[in-house]
Amino acid sequence: MRAFKYSRAASLKDAAARLAETPNAKLIAGGTNLLDLMKLQIETPEALIDVNGLPLDQIEVTQEGGLRVGALVRNTDLAADVRVRRDYPVLSRAILAGASQQLRNRATTAGNLLQRTRCPYFYDTDQPCNKRKPGSGCSAIGGYSRGLAVIGASESCIATYPGDMAVALRVLDATVQISDADGETRDLALADFHRLPGDAPQVENDLEKGEIITSVTLPKPVASRQIYRKIRDRASYAFALVSVAAVIGKDFARFAIGGVAPKPWRSETAERELPQQGVARFSQALFADATPTRENRFKIVLAERVLQSTWTENRG
Amino acid sequence: MKFTEPAGPNAIDNQTIISRPVSRIDGRLKTSGGAKYGYEQLGPNTGAAYGYVVGAGIAKGKIRSLESSAARAAPGVLAVVTAENAGKLGKGKYNFAPLLAGPEVHHYHQAVALVVADTFEAARSAATLLRIEYAAEKGEFDLQAARARGDGQPAPIEQDPADTSVGDFDGAFAKASIKLDETYSTPDQSHAMMEPHASIAAWDGDQLTLWTSAQMVDWHRSDLAKTLGIEKEKIRLISPFIGGGFGGKLFLRADAVLAALGSRKARRPVKVALPRPLVFNNTTHRPATIQRIRIGAELDGKIVAIAHDSWSGNLDGGPPEGAVAATRLLYAGANRQTATRLAKIDLPEGHSMRAPGEAPGLMALEVAMDEMAEKLKLDPVEFRMMNDTQVDPEKPERKFSLRNLRACLQLGAERFGWSRRPMTPASLREGRLYIGYGMAAAFRNNIAMKSDARVRLGRDGRIVVETDMTDIGTGSYTIIAQTAAETMGVPLSSIDVRLGSSDYPVSCGSGGQFGAVNSTSGVFAACMKLREDIARKLGLPFDSKFEGGRVASGEWRIPVGEAAANGDLVAEDGVEYGDLDKRYQESTFGAHFCEVTVDADTAEMRVRRMLAVCAAGRILNPKTARSQVIGAMTMGVGAALMEELTVDKRAGCFINHDLAAYEVPVNADIPHQDVIFLDELDPIASPMKAKGVAELGLCGVAAAVANAVYNAVGVRVRDYPITLDKLLEKMPIRA
Amino acid sequence: MTSFPLPPVDRRTVLAGATAAATAYSTGLSAAGLASGADEQTVTLRVNGQTHALKLEERTTLLDALREHIGLTGTKKGCDHGQCGACTVIVNGRRINSCLTLALMHEGDAVTTIEGLAGRDGQHPMQAAFVKHDAFQCGYCTSGQICSSVAMLDEIKAGIPSHVTEDLNAEPKRTPEEVRERMSGNICRCGAYSNILDAINEVSGAV
Ligand SMILES: Cc1cc2nc3c(=O)[nH]c(=O)nc-3n(C[C@H](O)[C@H](O)[C@H](O)COP(=O)(O)OP(=O)(O)OC[C@H]3O[C@@H](n4cnc5c(N)ncnc54)[C@H](O)[C@@H]3O)c2cc1C
Ligand code: SF4
Ligand code: FES
Ligand code: FES
Repeated sequence: MRAFKYSRAASLKDAAARLAETPNAKLIAGGTNLLDLMKLQIETPEALIDVNGLPLDQIEVTQEGGLRVGALVRNTDLAADVRVRRDYPVLSRAILAGASQQLRNRATTAGNLLQRTRCPYFYDTDQPCNKRKPGSGCSAIGGYSRGLAVIGASESCIATYPGDMAVALRVLDATVQISDADGETRDLALADFHRLPGDAPQVENDLEKGEIITSVTLPKPVASRQIYRKIRDRASYAFALVSVAAVIGKDFARFAIGGVAPKPWRSETAERELPQQGVARFSQALFADATPTRENRFKIVLAERVLQSTWTENRG
Repeated sequence: MKFTEPAGPNAIDNQTIISRPVSRIDGRLKTSGGAKYGYEQLGPNTGAAYGYVVGAGIAKGKIRSLESSAARAAPGVLAVVTAENAGKLGKGKYNFAPLLAGPEVHHYHQAVALVVADTFEAARSAATLLRIEYAAEKGEFDLQAARARGDGQPAPIEQDPADTSVGDFDGAFAKASIKLDETYSTPDQSHAMMEPHASIAAWDGDQLTLWTSAQMVDWHRSDLAKTLGIEKEKIRLISPFIGGGFGGKLFLRADAVLAALGSRKARRPVKVALPRPLVFNNTTHRPATIQRIRIGAELDGKIVAIAHDSWSGNLDGGPPEGAVAATRLLYAGANRQTATRLAKIDLPEGHSMRAPGEAPGLMALEVAMDEMAEKLKLDPVEFRMMNDTQVDPEKPERKFSLRNLRACLQLGAERFGWSRRPMTPASLREGRLYIGYGMAAAFRNNIAMKSDARVRLGRDGRIVVETDMTDIGTGSYTIIAQTAAETMGVPLSSIDVRLGSSDYPVSCGSGGQFGAVNSTSGVFAACMKLREDIARKLGLPFDSKFEGGRVASGEWRIPVGEAAANGDLVAEDGVEYGDLDKRYQESTFGAHFCEVTVDADTAEMRVRRMLAVCAAGRILNPKTARSQVIGAMTMGVGAALMEELTVDKRAGCFINHDLAAYEVPVNADIPHQDVIFLDELDPIASPMKAKGVAELGLCGVAAAVANAVYNAVGVRVRDYPITLDKLLEKMPIRA
Repeated sequence: MTSFPLPPVDRRTVLAGATAAATAYSTGLSAAGLASGADEQTVTLRVNGQTHALKLEERTTLLDALREHIGLTGTKKGCDHGQCGACTVIVNGRRINSCLTLALMHEGDAVTTIEGLAGRDGQHPMQAAFVKHDAFQCGYCTSGQICSSVAMLDEIKAGIPSHVTEDLNAEPKRTPEEVRERMSGNICRCGAYSNILDAINEVSGAV
């Protein structure tokens, strides 16, 4: 871990100002992803701004009847919140399917959204990786790709976004609230938050320098059955091979898929046609542009089978 | 004590303390944080500095240049050790790639440097300042390709020949009514013990103290001396607690050598723990195998021909994986052959991991037996019993010292409810889950090894046992105390056990399931000698009874302590074996049963019931022995369903080199586990009439799981691990 | 009681090797940090009820602060990357991986490690149950398992659901399935899981 300057942010404004003016500064929340990567010098911030003291740890009801989840709400608290359990169970389920209780006790809403890929080559600093070192090449292409993306990838990177929570947030149509150094705020649909790699896989999301996530907002709950299925090799404490978040109502069905792409994967267009077309077609549409490798082709089959049974078991 | 003839009745037979489920005597220390492992022996304010190991970034080639000035200039850095400045280094007897590379690099993450600094963080960050340029060379990393080319050599399995042949396999196989000819593969696996390899070295003039995490104190000490080019006597090596080894800490590794070199340079004690992401490629692993098995049987189920060929790879000088070892001994069959081929593969050093040979061998053989039983329309339990043998099938004049495989199979089937299994694959469903039952036989050889100990009787009647034996979780502290207490007729609380130091007599060490049986036999021998000394001192006959803390003969009842009234009585002895293990085949046996579920949608597999029945001679402590077996069963589930070091054939490395990417079972993967030990004594195997058991528990488990998965869904996977992607497309979509 | 002495540590060897650095280590806890040149800050941790004012390099993890600076080595380092759970400690009532947090982030926090779990009573019931059920072998994951178990039972009591909780809106129960899932952040390569469950069940009163 490279040496850095550590300081605690006194206020959101303070944090934003310091983040903007200190070169190569980073916020630290739970630290469970950032420190992991700093130990390997995959991340080398010169300054860490500890935001843990900021009052961003509340879950509040919005005027629209939704919930605003503070950026610093711990994963455990979000998953255990009675309103979330009752009205957004897919979110509780997704969070609880991730990591371990120890990690969830530290991990925060914003930190979880921003966690980086688990591509093994990204973690091995002796191997080329465009995401870690732009221009060095992508070792995963032609290498070990079983866990990597089948869709949304590019010729420069086939990594997946590894998280669970965001898959549920995507299917719930959540938005992210962002604040910059001048105190300006903006709202961004979660759908637009994570970026596809294109030719710049090191840029993973839409945050600009100096911007801070302050909260994530869930729209008013809808009457629905909500399911999160996470498929993995071992029963717990493992990232998803594939996960499916589903919100199925009387006359609609929404699905977001995790573990298959550089972001939670969803197609609203395909969803609209699902009731008429059936799941097989839906899945085909969802993965129409897939470019799987020999090792990860199974993810498409797996996703389709889970979509099939989730739909059959929960429709109508 | 020379053990040359089967044991007669002896002091151990009383079983008042031995063979009882005593809780570990080090239990309180281990559950309170009080047990200090090697790396923890020097704490704050002891002047210890920290070393960080840097691994090679290529698999094969040369270091062209290594620029360390930036690292040396970094704050807090005390020294940088590289091959260039380390002086001449030898190579240990048990290492085949040097532990410090340069200029030659033999495998990925082979250590190329140690950066020593006064804090761990300073050392770790300075380590990234080394500028290393390599001249990479082409290596061979593909076992399958090597096998396809026939590019391998016959390689002996330790003392046993590479190839064996009895009768006319080809002829008999050709004529057999029912035949199987299948190829199986097992992946490279990592020990993944929870404590990484770690050491502290401290020099006092030319004397070196090394606190470390070693299964074999004397091997490490000898090989460290050889590597450093100093006399063995100059090294004091201490390995008090070991956070798991499973074979990965049998041999001297880079942490120890580099700590010693770093400490010499920095003139401070130096602590070195291998960073977890380095452990997988820097240290040893269980090599992958490709195994072809052919079995021919008559319609009545009798095997008439059996052949097993196994391929594995290794660096120059490395051993093959002896996967065919069990096939030589497990089942009858007049015509048989085995072959072991070794390819040169430039992956990291392949070496022993828990039950080397038998574990991967049975992963193949016991699936083949299941397949064969199905072809023969026989119950797999029945099929195995029909082909049981009481003699070494390759040398029928050699009997097994004791072989109760049939009893294990029978009892296991009964207790598990084997008769309730689904007779046709994919026929039992509970909602979304397919249910399957599977079983396999377990087999692992017993290994006789010399082992010495010293026992000291004090005036207070307390007895101190000293031996360089290690406790890697096996319960050595406890069973050695039980052995001494039983032999000396004193309560367990009167025994102090001191292990894991080169100050003590050389024991067998821990590995190959040889630890418990030989180390306790050595302690037993030393205690018997002490009994003689005590009797002599007290003027009592040698056949006096030792009971209740007293020596009894005729009317006499004298507290043992009195023999030491004028000073401690010290006896040193050990066990040494004659040729009993040549005259007889000494092995341990068992049967594994399990029930699995397979999700009909996702093919996710989970084990929900497990039973092991073990026959391993006298069980020295059923509580700790059971723990060894359930732990092994857990590792077997890992081998069946998830464990695989994935080879990047371009980079020549195992790419999933951390504990998130190399998955081992977690709590949620493991159901309640039942273990039954057969009540038996093997007087031919050891004076304790015991054999090893710790590895038997692993042998066959993965095959039992594999067979259960087949039973559940009717898809046979012959390439481990059995992951869901290998089943998925062959399973029908649920209606 | 069977006494259980370690092989004696030879003080002479320890110190003699260190003479060259005598000044560095004799100045106390902060000495090592000073020499490394990295910035230091002070932090006050309450560990097992005792206050420790530490001067630490900023990048020191809570785990290294405990093990290498305070000398509480009961908490183990298995991976240093959040992947094993050996470093589990209880901070302000919640279990966390001490390897993935900075000591400086815990100013004023109450940290409970395995050494402090029992308080003055000598042995916490969970420790006794682990011994009784032989819920460990090598012992390296054990401190983490025990700290985790204790905090885990509190989490169930507090109504925190888990991945396997069937009804998210009901109180979670102490079923074996729940306990296994909740203990899955603590890897035991010795494979003591089945016994760990038995030990926990004994303490929680579940059957
Ligand atoms: C072994 C292991 C297994 C895991 N398994 C899973 C899993 O199965 N599923 C899963 O979803 N996750 C998993 N995780 C990931 C874990 O959930 C994340 O590490 C965690 O959610 C990150 O949150 P944090 O608060 O600790 O983030 P930090 O590490 O503190 O921060 C992560 C990033 O977010 C930035 N950041 C933090 N807060 C803000 C803010 N308010 N505004 C802007 N930027 C911010 C930081 O600068 C940093 O770049 C696992 C982690 C580990 C170590
Ligand atoms: S897939 Fe992306 S993260 Fe992985 S090696 Fe390629 S560029 Fe790096
Ligand atoms: S050491 Fe912290 S989780 Fe492994
Ligand atoms: S007791 Fe050894 S890892 Fe758990």
